[in-house]
Amino acid sequence: MTLELFLQHLANGISLGSLYALIAIGYTMVYGILRLINFAHGDVVMLGAYAAFYGAALFMLPWYIAFPLAIIITAAVGVIIERVAYKPLREYPRINLFTAAVAVSFLIENLGIVIFGGRPFAFTRPAFMDVNLSIGKTSIISYTIIIIITATILFAILLYLVNKTKAGMAMRALSKDIETTGLVGVNTDRIIMFTFALGSALAAAGGILWAVKFPQINPLMGVMPGLKAFIAAVLGGIGNIPGAMIGGFLLGITEILIVAFLPNLSGYRDAFAFAILILLLLFRPNGIMGEVQAEKV
Amino acid sequence: MKIKRNTILTIGAIAVFYGLLIAADNFLNTYWLRILNLCAVFTIFSVTFNLIFGYTGQFSLGHAGFAAIGAYVGALLTLSSAQKQANFFLQPIAPFLANLEVPFLPTLIIAGLLAAIIGSLVAWPALRLRGDYLAIATLGFSEIIRIFLVNLQPLTNGAMGLKGIPEYTNLYWSWGAAIVTIFVVKRLIDSSYGRAMKAIRDDEVAAEALGVNLFKHKIMAFAVSAFFIGVAGALFANLISTIDPKVFLFTLTYQIVGITVMGGMGSITGSAVAASLYTIFLELLRPIESQFNIGSLVIPGIPGMRMVIFSLLLLFVILFYRKGLFGQKEFSWDWLIGFLSRKNRKKSNQALISDEAAEKEQKS
Amino acid sequence: MSLLSLRSVVKRFGGLTAVNNFSTELQPGELCALIGPNGSGKTTIFNLITGIYAPTEGKVFFDGYDISGKKPNEITRAGIARTFQNIRLFKGLNVLENVMVGHHLRLKSDPFSAVLQLPGYVAEDRKMHEEAYELLQAVNLAHLADKEPTALPYGQQRKLEIARALATHPKLLLLDEPAAGMNPQEAEELMEFILHILKAFELTIFLIEHQMRVVMGICPRIIVIDHGEQIAEGKPELIQNNSRVIEAYLGVTENA
Repeated sequence: MTLELFLQHLANGISLGSLYALIAIGYTMVYGILRLINFAHGDVVMLGAYAAFYGAALFMLPWYIAFPLAIIITAAVGVIIERVAYKPLREYPRINLFTAAVAVSFLIENLGIVIFGGRPFAFTRPAFMDVNLSIGKTSIISYTIIIIITATILFAILLYLVNKTKAGMAMRALSKDIETTGLVGVNTDRIIMFTFALGSALAAAGGILWAVKFPQINPLMGVMPGLKAFIAAVLGGIGNIPGAMIGGFLLGITEILIVAFLPNLSGYRDAFAFAILILLLLFRPNGIMGEVQAEKV
Repeated sequence: MKIKRNTILTIGAIAVFYGLLIAADNFLNTYWLRILNLCAVFTIFSVTFNLIFGYTGQFSLGHAGFAAIGAYVGALLTLSSAQKQANFFLQPIAPFLANLEVPFLPTLIIAGLLAAIIGSLVAWPALRLRGDYLAIATLGFSEIIRIFLVNLQPLTNGAMGLKGIPEYTNLYWSWGAAIVTIFVVKRLIDSSYGRAMKAIRDDEVAAEALGVNLFKHKIMAFAVSAFFIGVAGALFANLISTIDPKVFLFTLTYQIVGITVMGGMGSITGSAVAASLYTIFLELLRPIESQFNIGSLVIPGIPGMRMVIFSLLLLFVILFYRKGLFGQKEFSWDWLIGFLSRKNRKKSNQALISDEAAEKEQKS
Repeated sequence: MSLLSLRSVVKRFGGLTAVNNFSTELQPGELCALIGPNGSGKTTIFNLITGIYAPTEGKVFFDGYDISGKKPNEITRAGIARTFQNIRLFKGLNVLENVMVGHHLRLKSDPFSAVLQLPGYVAEDRKMHEEAYELLQAVNLAHLADKEPTALPYGQQRKLEIARALATHPKLLLLDEPAAGMNPQEAEELMEFILHILKAFELTIFLIEHQMRVVMGICPRIIVIDHGEQIAEGKPELIQNNSRVIEAYLGVTENA
């Protein structure tokens, strides 16, 4: 393997990792507060991609309008899901919330098949994302770099929101102790809505960038990335936002490098994430940055 | 005394049911026979899911994967070597399978055993997780099983799947298996082991504090369920005659979750009824997915609409009818007899009252 | 030989030391109380004994065996049973079935015999039913055998929890604040009930109670802990006048 090839793979892995990280953040934020794995999160990724697609293809909007619009719309959908399906069940045993999440995911996928059609669509990459660049002797297509840069900007914005704003502080407080935080005057409902909006927005961004990288979209496209992003969140320590980012990058890089060095196993590339999950479960279930959470008995 | 009566009633009911099966087998056309067979397969899927989820409280989403194992075992063991050669034209089949052909009953049992073994292997690390984590892990395993099926060309013919599977499944096999499944699950649930499982569902910490070995009982639920899911998978393969990995996408699991939730988590009766209703309604609603004409009006078909209706219904049930159709109630002979005798008493009471009223009128 | 022996047990959660160098011995047949202000580590000590937590340092011995860090179900099998501060009844099972879960660990028949209802299993099952019913009679709940546990008033739920723990045939019974939420009369009746089962079932009982008044009249030995450490031990009269104990509860000393 030449150095140039390795660098290509590395860039590829980092950009894939950025996508996993963007999606993983939504999982980890929701889990941190509600202790719920939002099964519909992967499908929200899909909605972001389709929203951008229709904006560009149907309404002929330029990408710099279609993409942000898609993110906003998808964030709204994320909030609607929470209001309609999760909020009413908050006081009930966990099992109901779980089945609701499964049902929502199922519904979105089926609606996608009916509304968008089961056949995949070709996503058009904006022209400037399709440019062949040469850095030294390595050739990379521009979208790889753009994905990494965009994701980094989004992470920076997110970390600012979480650590430097009141809403962000409320989010962190809720994830530590939901009851007490509610009692000290924080509007729990609003903050939860905010969390879903933020997570869904990032998932939408992830979905759009995913469609840029893999320009074939279909209604079930979000499921596998969603599962892997969840594994990335667990890898980083579920509930821990920087952990989700780290987990995402690690997972993306590992996946690309394993396929690069063992091309015979490329058909199993989706399975590697689950192998990592098994190892995690057996040896370090709290992930890289996770804290041991003792249950009060 | 009561137990004897119930046993006789049950045996009688099974005999009547068997009679109905014979009648159906001889008088119904292939279309309806296929639907009835599917009802049986989905009944097994739903009852076993209830065992893991409704009774033991484990959020497992691995059903499709276990069914896939059972289906492929069923197919590979029943295809003749000629059919195998025809199927495996891209890459020849693994040598030990080439001439392997096994009669149907042993095939079903092997399919169940293999699914149970793999199910237990999957459950072993995954059961260290609670709640939602277990769900993602089992969902992931189900998809990995599919990935393996797609990639192990010499074993499974990869993405092209297997065609020409002999259609050994008939009403006696499918409903026979369904009845055995219901019998085993019900007996297990009603036993001390079932109480332990329900205890785990209701409060794991308390159950463990009473000496219940959590892991052992959770694996038990998994293994028993996986066995019957494997059998059902094999029955399925020998029913629809063509299988490929896409048939066992996780969406199959979601359908089973939906059926079981709607029937009532914690009710075997509910699972059986819901499974049959689901299969039948799915068939009856098929027309809405293709164009149909009313007079001169042409209404275009919407493919995928049935699943949208089903998932909307499911969400509705989860939000508003959380207990589902049957909740945790079971059909039992005692209930039926009580129900009938109450109706008779009501009728005779009403007769008495109207007699008295008539007498009063006569006197005045 | 003492039945239960805690030797220099320490439990830390990250930076927090919940139990600090706690040692004690319980003799067979004893009735001993563990009291202390809220958050002093009483339940943590119970959790260390029953295996929910493993000790960070130190050891727990039961009946001569080292049970430190063993799993809760193994420890119950060895002969320790407990009740919880927040009542944990199985809502999906009726009253009788709740008790029968306690018998399950002694079941010898395997699942196959259970499904096939072989004579061995049927006999064991019948015995479980009978024993559970007897236990319910002992706590005066037999008439409610087929009711939902949530339909019972609080005091009876507590008794059901105790009956369920007794079904495991324990040698040592740990009761975590059994009188919580009861009025003084109910609490007194409960204490008499505890004295009764101490003799009737040949138990050793270790009991956590937050209210001093409740245990003072009944328990011959009281251990007081605060901030995870033992600060006093002895007969009720000694404890009542112990300045450290008073300080722990009230925060001031008598002679200021």
